Amino acid sequence: MTHTSKAFYWMAIPALLLFVTLHTVPALTGVFFSLTDYAGYGTWTFIGLENYFSLFKDDRILSSYSFTFLFAITTTIIVNVLALGIALLLNAKIKFQTAFRGIFFIPNVLAILIIGYVFNFIFSNSLPLLGQWAGIDWLSTSILANKDLAWLGIVAVSAWQSIAFSVILYLAGLQTIPADLYEAADLDGAGYWRQFRSITFPMIGAFFTINMVLALKGFLQAFDQIVALTGGGPGTSTESVAMVIFRGGFQGGEYGYQMANSVVYLLVIVAVSVIQLRTLQRKEVDF
Amino acid sequence: MATTETAASARTAADSRGLRRRGRKLDSVNWPLTALAAVLALTVLIPLYLTVVTALKTPDQLGGSGFEWPSRVRLENFSDAWNLTNFPRALLNSAIVTVGAVVLTILSNSLVAYAIARNLHKRFFKFLYYFFVAALFVPFPIIMLPATKETAVLGLDNPVGLFLLYTVYGLSFNVFVYTAFIRSIPRELEEAATMDGASTWGIFRRIIFPLLTPMNATVGILTCLWAWNDFLLPLVILSDPATRTLPLAQYVFQSQFTTNYTVAFASYLMALAPLLLVYLFAQRWVISGVMRGSIK
Repeated sequence: MTHTSKAFYWMAIPALLLFVTLHTVPALTGVFFSLTDYAGYGTWTFIGLENYFSLFKDDRILSSYSFTFLFAITTTIIVNVLALGIALLLNAKIKFQTAFRGIFFIPNVLAILIIGYVFNFIFSNSLPLLGQWAGIDWLSTSILANKDLAWLGIVAVSAWQSIAFSVILYLAGLQTIPADLYEAADLDGAGYWRQFRSITFPMIGAFFTINMVLALKGFLQAFDQIVALTGGGPGTSTESVAMVIFRGGFQGGEYGYQMANSVVYLLVIVAVSVIQLRTLQRKEVDF
Repeated sequence: MATTETAASARTAADSRGLRRRGRKLDSVNWPLTALAAVLALTVLIPLYLTVVTALKTPDQLGGSGFEWPSRVRLENFSDAWNLTNFPRALLNSAIVTVGAVVLTILSNSLVAYAIARNLHKRFFKFLYYFFVAALFVPFPIIMLPATKETAVLGLDNPVGLFLLYTVYGLSFNVFVYTAFIRSIPRELEEAATMDGASTWGIFRRIIFPLLTPMNATVGILTCLWAWNDFLLPLVILSDPATRTLPLAQYVFQSQFTTNYTVAFASYLMALAPLLLVYLFAQRWVISGVMRGSIK
C-alpha cells in the first residue's frame, strides 16, 4: 500500500469542518440547552432533566407524537402498497409506458407546500359539494375542519406527492429481475400471483426496505403539508412533532424545552429506523 | 450491507435497459391495464387542471365545485400575483439558492466522497464515512432551533448561507451514493496516471470527475428538487423578506390574502411552472437519473 496522499486530507477536511460547524455543533448545543430553561432569548439556568420529565406529562407533546406516528405509519403503508402496484402496472405490457411514467412522476417535482394549498381548496370547496350531492354526511363539510378526519386529508396529500418517488424506486428494482426467472416460472405453470410472491417481491426486497425506511423517516418529519392544509388544527389535533418544535421553539419561548423534545424525537427516529432496517433486511434475499 | 450488494449486481442488469424485458409468451399490449393506468394518471392530472382553471377565473366563478371551465378568463390574476408576491425577486432568489446548491454540491460532495472511497482502509476516512452517513438519522427539524441561531450569528441568514446549508446537509446522503459508485471504478486508471506523474487533484479533475457524470446528474437532480421545493429551511433561515424563495413567498401571500383564491392560484401556478417546464423537457433524463441513484 502506498501512503495516503496529503491531497486526500485537503479534499475531506474542509467539508468535515463545515459539517461540524453547521450540523454537529448545533446538535450538541441543542442537547446542552435541553438541560436548561432557556427561552430562546435572555438568561437561562441549568435545570437538569426537568424538561424531559415535563415532556411526558405534556398533553400537547404526547398528542403530537401519537398524531405523527398514526399519520406516518398509515401514509407509509398506503404509499408503498400503491407505489408497488403502480410500478407493476408500469412494468407490464401497457401502451404509452414512457408517457405514463412521466405523468406519475410529476407530483415529485412540485413543492408539497403549494400542493397542500391546492388540495386545501379541493377539500374545503369541491369535496363537500360532492358529499352533499351524494348524500354522504361526513363528506358534506370540509374534512379539514373535522377533528377526526383532518388527518386523512394530510395522509392523502402526502401520499399523492410521494408515491411518485417510490414508484421510480420500485421500477428500478423491477428492472433488476432477470426475465428468465419468469420464463422458467411460466414453464412451471406458476400464475401471476404466485410469481409475484415467489419471484418479484423477494427479488425487490432491498428496494422495499429502502422505500419503507425513507418514507417513514420522511413522514415522521412532516411539516410543509400540515402548514398548508390545517395549520395543525382543528385545535391541535394535527400538530406534528416538527410543528410543535417550530412553534414552541420560535414563537413560544420554549427553546430549552423544545430541544429536550428534539432529543427525545431523535432517539425515537433512530430506534424506529434501526428496528425497521433489522426486521426488513432479515426478510431480504441476497443474490 | 445487503442493499449495496444487491446494487452492484443490479447495475449490470439495469444497464441493459429492459423496460420490455419481461416479455411473456406474446408481445401484445394489455389494454385493460393501459386503461387502468390512464384512470390512475387522472388522479395526478386533475389537481393540476384545477390549479390552471382556478388561476384563470374571476372571483365570482368560484361558487361551484371548482372544476368548471372558466366562462370568462381573467389574466390580471397573473399580473396581480406577479406584483403582490414580488414574483421576479422570489424567482431570482429560488434560482440563486438552487443553482448554488446544485453546483456546490456536485463539486464538493464528489470530491469528499473520492477522498473517502479511496481511503476507507484508513481509520480517519472510515470514521468520516460513518460520521457523515450517521447524520442521515438526524433530520433538520431536530437541529433547527440551534442551527437557526448559529446561522444568524455567522451571518449566513441569506440565500448564500442557504445553499451552503443544502450543500453541507446533503453530504450524508451524497457521500453514501458517490462512495458506492467510486468504489466500482477500477483503480488501474489512477495508478497509470500516477505513473505518468499526475497529482491526486489532477486525477480527480481529469479522470474521476468525468467518470462520475451519471452520478453527478443523479445528485444534481435530487439536490435541485430539494432546494427548489423546500419550505422549512428558507422559513427559519432567511431573515430579510427581500430574500424570500418561491415557496416562502406563497406562504406569506397565503397568510395575508387568505380568500383571494384566483390570484393565489395564479401565484401557485407561476411558482410551480419553472421546474414543471424543465421536467417536461428533461423527463426521461430526470427519471433515469433518480432510478440510477436508487440502484447504487
